[in-house]
Parts: sequence; C-alpha cells; structure tokens
Amino acid sequence: MILASLGAILSHWRRHPVQLVLLVLGLSIATALWTGVQAINAEARRSYDEAASALGADLGVIVRSDGGPLTTEDFVNVRRAGWLASPMVEADFSIGPIDVRLVGVELLTLPRGATTLDLDDAEDPGAFFQPPGQFWVNERLAAQLERQETPPLRISDEVPANTVITDIGIAQSLLGASDISRLVLSGTQPANRTPLRDFAPHLEERAATDSADVSRLTDSFHLNLTAFGLLSFVVGLFIVYASINLAFEQRRATFRTIRAVGLSARMLSLILLAELALIAVLSGMVGVILGYVIASALLPGVAATLRGLYGAAVTGELGLDPSWWAAGFGISIFGALAAGSQALYRMLRLPVLSGAHTAAWFRSFTRDLRLQTVAAVALLASAVALYWTGTGLLAGFALLGALLLGCALLLPLPLSLATLAGQKLARSPLAEWFWADTRMQLPQLSIALMALMLALATNIGVGTMVSSFRETFTGFLDQRLAAELYVDAGSNERAEAMQSDLEGRVDAVLPLWRVQARLFGEPGDIVSAADHATFRDHWPIIEGAPRVWDLVASGSAVLVNEQLARRHDLELGQTIDLPGGWRPEIAGVYSDYGNTAGQVLAGLEAMRERYPSADHSSFGLRVAEDRVGALRDEIMAQYDLPGSAIVDQASLKQLAQQAFERTFIVTGALNVLTLAVAGFALFASLASQSSMRAPQRLRSGRLGFAARR
Amino acid sequence: MPFRMIVSNLWKTYSSEEKPIEVLKGVSLSLDQGQSLALTGESGSGKSTLLHLIAGLDHPDRGDILIAGQNMVGLGQGERAALRRKSIGLIFQSFNLIPSLTVAGNLSFQARLAGRADPDWMRDLARRLGLEDLMGRYPEELSGGQQQRVAIGRALASRPPLVLADEPTGNLDEATADAVLTLLFDLIHESRSALLMVTHSDRLADRLDARVHLSAGHIDQ
Ligand SMILES: Nc1ncnc2c1ncn2[C@@H]1O[C@H](COP(=O)(O)OP(=O)(O)OP(=O)(O)O)[C@@H](O)[C@H]1O
Ligand SMILES: [Mg+2]
Repeated sequence: MILASLGAILSHWRRHPVQLVLLVLGLSIATALWTGVQAINAEARRSYDEAASALGADLGVIVRSDGGPLTTEDFVNVRRAGWLASPMVEADFSIGPIDVRLVGVELLTLPRGATTLDLDDAEDPGAFFQPPGQFWVNERLAAQLERQETPPLRISDEVPANTVITDIGIAQSLLGASDISRLVLSGTQPANRTPLRDFAPHLEERAATDSADVSRLTDSFHLNLTAFGLLSFVVGLFIVYASINLAFEQRRATFRTIRAVGLSARMLSLILLAELALIAVLSGMVGVILGYVIASALLPGVAATLRGLYGAAVTGELGLDPSWWAAGFGISIFGALAAGSQALYRMLRLPVLSGAHTAAWFRSFTRDLRLQTVAAVALLASAVALYWTGTGLLAGFALLGALLLGCALLLPLPLSLATLAGQKLARSPLAEWFWADTRMQLPQLSIALMALMLALATNIGVGTMVSSFRETFTGFLDQRLAAELYVDAGSNERAEAMQSDLEGRVDAVLPLWRVQARLFGEPGDIVSAADHATFRDHWPIIEGAPRVWDLVASGSAVLVNEQLARRHDLELGQTIDLPGGWRPEIAGVYSDYGNTAGQVLAGLEAMRERYPSADHSSFGLRVAEDRVGALRDEIMAQYDLPGSAIVDQASLKQLAQQAFERTFIVTGALNVLTLAVAGFALFASLASQSSMRAPQRLRSGRLGFAARR
Repeated sequence: MPFRMIVSNLWKTYSSEEKPIEVLKGVSLSLDQGQSLALTGESGSGKSTLLHLIAGLDHPDRGDILIAGQNMVGLGQGERAALRRKSIGLIFQSFNLIPSLTVAGNLSFQARLAGRADPDWMRDLARRLGLEDLMGRYPEELSGGQQQRVAIGRALASRPPLVLADEPTGNLDEATADAVLTLLFDLIHESRSALLMVTHSDRLADRLDARVHLSAGHIDQ
C-alpha cells in the first residue's frame, strides 16, 4: 500500500524532471551557502582555539604595564616573591624566506595546562632545551621548513599554524635578546605571595593574553559571514517554497483521486512527508558537497583577510568535519519542512471532493495574504523597536533582517491591490480576463518576486556598503599614511641614531612611539603624534576641541579613535586613565578604519616622558615626492637595511588596499551567489507558471481568443 | 455471508451563502450482491451527492449507510478510506486518472493499494477493455473513451463487491457508450459485484436490473 502510493506520488517527478531539478537545486544551494559559511567560521574558530590552547592563553599572565618586554631580573623577582610563573617569549621571526611566530617556553617552570603539547620527551628529556634544541611545528610548516636550516623538527598537529615552539633560551639566542614577553601564571598561586605593586610597580597581572582576544576581534567579521549565509538560505528557501507549493498544487487532483480510491489523509501526509525528507536528504548531500567546494574556494581569501586585518592565524585548508554533514542535512531537512509545512497542512485539510481548483487556492491565498501582512507589520514593528532599544552588532543585524523580511512579505499586498484595481477598471472582457488571470497567478509569482527583492536589496545594500567603505578607506589611507617613507630600524637605539642622522636631509622626521596598553581593560595601544603639519593637516579627526593639536602637543590632552569613543561613550573634555597613572583629557576623536581595538594618540613629547621604554623603532620621513626612490636606496645602502624595513607610502597603500579588496572578495562572491539564487527562483516560478497556464490559455482560446495573445 | 448495501433515511444539507440547500431528505435504498441499480434524476437533484455519501467521501447529516455490515457513517476518516479501498470501486464522471502514472499503473493502482493485485486478472481486464496496446501511455495521450475504460478497469481491478459509477458514459458518444457499458456489465456480472450507476439516459437505465428516481430529495420507485 505504502509502496504503491509512494510510487504514484513520486511518479510526478518523473513526468516533471525540471521541477525536481529546480527544487533540489534550490534546496541544495540554500544548504550549500549556509554550510559553506558555517564551515569557514568553524575552521577559523578552530584555529583561534588551537592558538589559544597551545599557547596557554587561558592562563593569567604578568606583563609590563607599558607593554614593553620584561627582563630576567623581573622574572627572578617575581619568583622570589612567591609567584608560580614561567617566562615566555613570543616574536615574529624569519627562517630564510618563511615568516613564523617564534614562541619560547621554559619547560621546567611551565604550568600544567599552559599548553596541550606533550613537550616532555621521555627518551631524551634534555633534547628540548639543550642546543640545538627542537622546533615544534605542525605538519604544514614542517614541510615548508624542510629545506631550511633549523634545529630538529618535532611535528604535532596541536601547534598553531605558522608557529614554532621551542625552548626559551634557544628562542632568545635566535632573537638576539634576553627579553621576556610575559610570565605565564599557574592556575593556583600561593596565598602568601607578595603583591606585584609592592616590589615591581611597573608590572601588572592580567587575566589572559591578547591572543585570546583574537576571536573577539574577529567576531564581527564572522557575524557578517553568518548573516550572509543566513540571508542566502532564506532566499533559497523562497525557491523551495515556490517549487514545493507548485508540486503540491499540480498534484491536488492526484491526491484527491488517491484518497477517493482509499488512502487515508494521514497516510498520504506521511507519504508526502517521506517524499520531502527524501528530497531534503538528496539536496542535503548535494548541498554539503557544494558547500565544501564554496568554503574551500573562499577560505584562502578569508584567511588572508583575517591575517591582514586582525593578525589572526587561520589555516588556509579546510578539514572535513562530520558535524557539518550532519548540520548540512539538518538545515536541508529543516528548510524543506519549513517550506513545505504550509502545503502539507493544506493537503491535510483538503476535502476529497473537489471544488473549483484555482478558485479554492486563491481563497486560501487571500487568507494567507492577510496573515502575511500581519506578519510583515509585526516584523516592521519589531524593527522599529530594535532601532530604539537594541545595541550592538547582533541587534543591528536583527534590525536589518526584520526590516528586509518585513518589506518582502508586504510586497504581495500592493501587487494584489493593483491587480484588483485593474480588474475593476477593465472595460473589455479580454482586459478583465487578463487582470483576473494575473491576480490568480499572484500567489506563485509574488514568492519569486519577494526572493528577488530580498536579494536585490541585499546586493544594493552590500554594494553601497563596500563602495562607501572603499571610499572611506582610501580617504583614510591618504590621511593616515601621510609620510612618504616609513622606516623600521629594528631597535629603538638604532632608530634614534638614524633619526638624528637624517635630520636636515629630509623635510621632517616623524618618530613613531607605540605602547601596548589596556584601555578600559581591553587590549589597545597608545601611539605618538609629532607636533608637525603632517598631523595637523591630514589626521582624520571626526570631532575635536578648538586648537586640538596644541593641546595634544602640550601633553595635556590626547585623541582617541572612534572605536574606543563609541564603545565607552567618551566625550570631549572627559579624562582617560592611561598606564602609569597618566590621566589626560580627551581633545578629539579620529576615524581608524579596520582597527577593532581601541587606540589613543598622544603628543610625542608626552610619550617620551611617560613611557621612555616604549617601542619607537620605526619612524616616518617627509620628503619631496621626486626624492622618495633615491632616498630609499640611499638609506638602505647607508644603514644596511633590508628592503622590507623601509616602505614607501605608495606601496604601503597598495598593500593595504589589497588587503581591503580581499576582505570583500568573500562578500562579492556571496553577493553574486545570492542574486543567482533569486534569479533562479524567478525562472523556476515563471517556468512552472507557464506550464500551469497552458490549459487556461487553451480554455480562453476555445472561448474565441487567439492563443497568440 | 453475501454482500449487501443498505442506505436508510439519509439527509444532507449544504450550507451556502444565501440559504441552506436541502439536497437529500430521507433517502433509503438497498442493493444485494450481483444486483445492478440505475439512479436517475434531474440535474442538481443530488445523485452525485448520494454517491459521494455512500462512498464515504462526505458526511450525511443523518441516516445510516451499511456496507458489508459496516456503517460508513460512524467510521473515522482512516477507516472510511480502508472500507473504500477494500469494498468499493468508484467510477467518476471525469475519470480522475493519475496523470503521472501510465495506463498500467492507473489500472492496477487501487488493487495494489488494497493488496489484491492479481496479474492474470489484470491482463484479462486489459485485454477485454482493449487497453493492451496502450499500457505504456499516459492518460493525457488517450481519448475520452479510452480514459473511461481505464477508469472502469481501475474500479474493477480489485474485484470490489460494490461498484459506484457516476455517469460513466456521460462524455462518450452513443455507440462507444454502449460498447463500454456492455463491457462494464459483463465484468460486473463475472465478479458478482453490485452496481449503483447514475445516468440521465432512460435507454441505459433499462439495461440494469432495477431503477430508482431521485427528485425533491426523495426516492420514488
Ligand atoms: N459542495 C457543495 N456546496 C454547496 N452546494 C452543493 C455542493 N455540492 C453540490 N451542491 C448542490 O447540491 C445540489 C445537488 O448536487 P449534485 O451534484 O448532487 O447534483 P446531481 O444530481 O449530481 O446533478 P448532475 O446530474 O448535474 O450531476 C445542487 O443544487 C448543487 O448545487
Ligand atoms: Mg452529478
């Protein structure tokens, strides 16, 4: 019985293969975009977690308040004061042409849980710290390092991408400095230890290292992707909804016959449910595979973006995770059910005896239209409510979503009213038929139109957003990268020497001081501004007190970036707590594109005074444009600097712009895909529409109208 | 136990927007195994309504419909479907074939649903109905008479004890109608089924064992 009925119901698809293809494709595209985005996000999160767990980011640390490195003496003092701490050094390092993150740890004092790596080697316990030591790397990096001269490599999957873990002594000798980046604290500390402020006021304890903040920084990026994936999924669902409804509509007579012949409504619904599940599983399969393809095509771009924007390391490779398969099938089945539930419900309530076919459906459409309008109004109302009460990125997305969906759902109402007006105003019988017929087709057509509208709105929205971002960004680059040359001298002493050397040979030398600092408890930095026209003329100030640059130069006030100001509702004239007990006033706010962390711009003299040990190993040079190339060569030769250490403004801008464009490769690709899905929906519904209208055309043909009309 | 159908005191009113339409006002009739009965009456007199009630496709306001000892009126939706599947062959005025199934698929559909598909009988049926060469075609590729024959074949394939036919030859010309009906009577006779057939034609009604006339909601013999 079940087989016979299932056979009869599925036979529909054999007769309408195009419809089946549209349905499966719609559902699988929706699934694919969603799972693709999820896969990318999962992969990125996995990378962050890995980085965090392998480097002990979960544990507290002791660092210098001004962000500078600690000395061995600091470490010894901390240990003596009773703290259970272990030194760690972390720095960028080049092995031949390969740039890696070099992390040095001290095995003897390293707290349990600081790393998931099993660094103890039972066979040769000394191999890790006795020269030449060992490099712990993951397989990918090991393959890259094969030809380089390195200590023996130990391979472990747990080592984060592009990272080398080794003994601290070995790391320090490689880096040529005995600096310590931070002291990692054991989970439990002796109660009788001396507080830091009593013996080392320049040190402070922090809950976790900055690397744990990477996932926080990148959250908005991932939320963006998720929103996009969700949107594509919704657009895809519109197609699925249209195809499922059509397929149910076309089989209405068949359902009646099957029931008249003796199948109960419940059994029929179960069979239809099975049919939906079958289609969903099939589409899920196609969707997950497509999603994998999309994700692996987009991931390198995403990884590059994340690295460029936030310095977050994400492997450019996609692992195959069984949980996505499950998630893909899940979302596909959910989608099919969500899109098919209305059709199924109607089927259950379908009387065995037929009324007028389209007329009955149209009546239910009018009822649905009322419901839909109510839903649309509710959505729009919640958008308004969100506008007034919501805060944060998520609320922003919810607001946009409610607004978009509300408008889309509202769309059939004006269409319906317009056709009704047309019908009322029609004089000739043919015109009357045209309007009545168009009105009857509205339920089908409006679904496709809603999908198209959603996709178009997003496309325009995203397009405008990206282009205005680009504009802002280019403007921002022009302002921020005002100096013609940027030199990285490698050390503070060298930078100072070079600067006094270059004074007089260029129009201006702009020292750049930088301190990493906690701003309102969050990681951020303080950078210096020399008292020079470069800053006065170019710096992108959004809001500033009168004579703001004089205030900054005098050291009584600082500027904050927009991110910091907005996050903490900072106002001009308010004071801000900076490390070392400095409490300057806020004299202005400047735009700081792409930086999710807070930043403070302080006068150069004040920086020198307050943070004498801050990093100032790089500086900017102002020269006439035609001298840039020559000067660059001159400096490179004179100070024996590598090309990478002295960058001209133009190539820096180009680099930055490349990073920017890469950010939006993903957006662009998703944009095109969403639009394709919507176009497809329109095609699907028009195609099936014409097949449904064929008999009607015939009928009106019989009434004496030429079919050509 | 021989098959028997008893309809007693059946009432049916349709609610409409203006005023309720009283279609059946206490209709009673009975039908024994192998017996054939013609149901005549003016257009709109309620013949189709009566047939639908007997088949359990709709609910009467009052009255009983006993089919092989079961009262169709008291049964739930699923049980009515089961009774229909096992005991009733329906032939509709408008054929109601399943468009996505071939002639062969349509013919055997109800029999397979009821779990009573008999390949020999199916082959015999197809041959007698002249459908042998059309088995692989779809309904839309058939003429009206051919479709009607498929509909008849589907109703008879499971050899139901009761066949309900609503103007089975209404769409056919006289000669074809006669041929199709002769076939129907032969087959009914062979499977010892009872037949209740709605018709407008006195000539056709005369070919059945008995006839009743429906007017103003009542049956007059
Ligand atoms: N679903 C319905 N809702 C309202 N009234 C109905 C419905 N079905 C039938 N009727 C009315 O009930 C009456 C009987 O209809 P029915 O179809 O039984 O007539 P009939 O005798 O079969 O006519 P015909 O010979 O034209 O087929 C008619 O007046 C019809 O308008
Ligand atoms: Mg009738």
